[in-house]
Amino acid sequence: MVAFTAKRLGVALLVALTVSLITFSMIFVSGDPAVAIAGEGARAEDVDAIRKFYGFDRPIPVQYADWLTGALKGDLGRSYTLRQPVADVIASRLPVTLALGASAILFALVLAIPLGVVAAVRPNSFIDRFALLVAVVGQAMPSFWFALTLILWLGVYWRLLPITGSDHWQNFVMPAIALGYYVTPAVMRLTRAGVLEVLSSDYIRTARAKGLRPAKVLFKHALRNAIIPVVSLAAVQFGFMLGGSIVIETIFQINGLGYLAWESIQRKDLPVMQAIVLVLSVIYVLLTLAADLLNAALDPRLRTS
Amino acid sequence: MAQTTLPGLHIIDGIAAPTPGALLRQRILRHWGLLSGGLILAAIVAMAIFAPLLAPHDPYDQDLARKLIPPVWHLSAKASWTYPLGTDHLGRDYLSRLLYGSRISLLIGFSAMLISGVIGTTLGVLAGYFGGRVDTAVNFIVTTRLAMPVVLVALAVVSLVGSSLTVVIWVLGLLLWDRFAVVMRSATQQVRSREFIVAAQAVGCSTPRILLAEVAPNVLNHLIVIATLEMAQAILLEAALSFLGLGVQPPTPSWGLMVSEAKGLMFFDPWLIAIPGIALFLLVLSINMLGDGLRDVTAPENRG
Repeated sequence: MVAFTAKRLGVALLVALTVSLITFSMIFVSGDPAVAIAGEGARAEDVDAIRKFYGFDRPIPVQYADWLTGALKGDLGRSYTLRQPVADVIASRLPVTLALGASAILFALVLAIPLGVVAAVRPNSFIDRFALLVAVVGQAMPSFWFALTLILWLGVYWRLLPITGSDHWQNFVMPAIALGYYVTPAVMRLTRAGVLEVLSSDYIRTARAKGLRPAKVLFKHALRNAIIPVVSLAAVQFGFMLGGSIVIETIFQINGLGYLAWESIQRKDLPVMQAIVLVLSVIYVLLTLAADLLNAALDPRLRTS
Repeated sequence: MAQTTLPGLHIIDGIAAPTPGALLRQRILRHWGLLSGGLILAAIVAMAIFAPLLAPHDPYDQDLARKLIPPVWHLSAKASWTYPLGTDHLGRDYLSRLLYGSRISLLIGFSAMLISGVIGTTLGVLAGYFGGRVDTAVNFIVTTRLAMPVVLVALAVVSLVGSSLTVVIWVLGLLLWDRFAVVMRSATQQVRSREFIVAAQAVGCSTPRILLAEVAPNVLNHLIVIATLEMAQAILLEAALSFLGLGVQPPTPSWGLMVSEAKGLMFFDPWLIAIPGIALFLLVLSINMLGDGLRDVTAPENRG
């Protein structure tokens, strides 16, 4: 387990480093960053001053090393437009996005796990077909369109929920549904497949042969094993969702990282964009690392691969 | 043995066992998801190809005098068959824009899928066939790619480079190859250890020849399934980018852009977002159904 942990940690670190390199090189995608900040038609002296101020005149490896060591110390540079350190802006917005992501994954699990279990216990039943429908629809519906449809019905026609904002828990209900619905199909399919597989295994047959009640067999014996891969999938999907929340946060005007990303993209505020990509990637790397280690701890067979 | 005495049984002698091709055709015809997905997709493709013939008006023709005419099923005096799906906020015929919009979705979805398919398949087949260090390297590249938030990176790059149809296609193509790589890798691993590969190696076939002539035909069914799923993914992402204003630029009719342009008006004229939204849903649904169906009929053991 120690060797496995060390190896996984090393890979995670390397991935994070590579991501930071790619993120850093975003500066050069648009050409000269100093010109981009100064705006078109700026005087050459101004562009030079900006180049000096932000340090774009130094060799690129030096700039990268500087940016990376700063990032490791929690200094992500200064925003071009907000006149504030990027780290402060991100720290104030990240909790909102984490809360949204957590409510979304909660919604997805509460919907997907029971449906998946029932679908596996009663294959080809009405519930199984309904679960399939939920999955198929969820995979095909554009997220922004689903969000607008929710606003129209729950917010305007039925007046059940507030449409925009992020001050009250009620503000998070619709965004959580809109965001979480996309994770539902994957979680449900995995739950169904896992429970189906476990239910046909020998130890379940033994448990049934002993005369245990079906509910006890299902909840105490079957679900316990079938749920492990679902937990790690949920961790990975949580990471994906934080990245995907930009669409949902923009629609509901939730003051989180996604909305910040959209604002900074509009203003071409590169340090903020870079920092958000980096922060979300690192969160994803940590989540997958945690899921892998958890799986390996629970199932020793996984440690060899 | 004597001729059977049971009446009618001799007919059985004349029936040969069904060929694999016949069995496949039978499975296709019995798979309603595959058939209906294929039919809807064929209809949308036909719509895209024949858009100039089918569209009743010019999709770019604006006239504020006839803006926001509701569709024909709407109980309004303004609704008419001249504009079956009504007009948008600039008075452009919604049906014509919808028809031309299918071209954008299909074009972007298909081209992005081709680019990502080439990248992902190359990486996946190399990793699966050679294993060892190549495999480790490819795994690392895939892991790194998965750690990057797709929507965010796509938006950022498009905004920095400047938005155009070509840029959107390339950005999506360069971002969405991960599933190709993962699936092609495991499919190739399964094929690699089979006898006919060992035989080809023993005969002295070159590696490119083995990859193209022996490996490729045996992983093709997986490739087609992933291709459909990734095309659907690319179409949804294009719509999201266009919705956020960083994909296809106005006045080009894109379904995502149509929803975006109508979102301010949706409280009064909800059909404006309903129509392009449903079109997107049907397109992605049909592609997914086709992909799932193809997986079922070509490799029934992989059913999820």
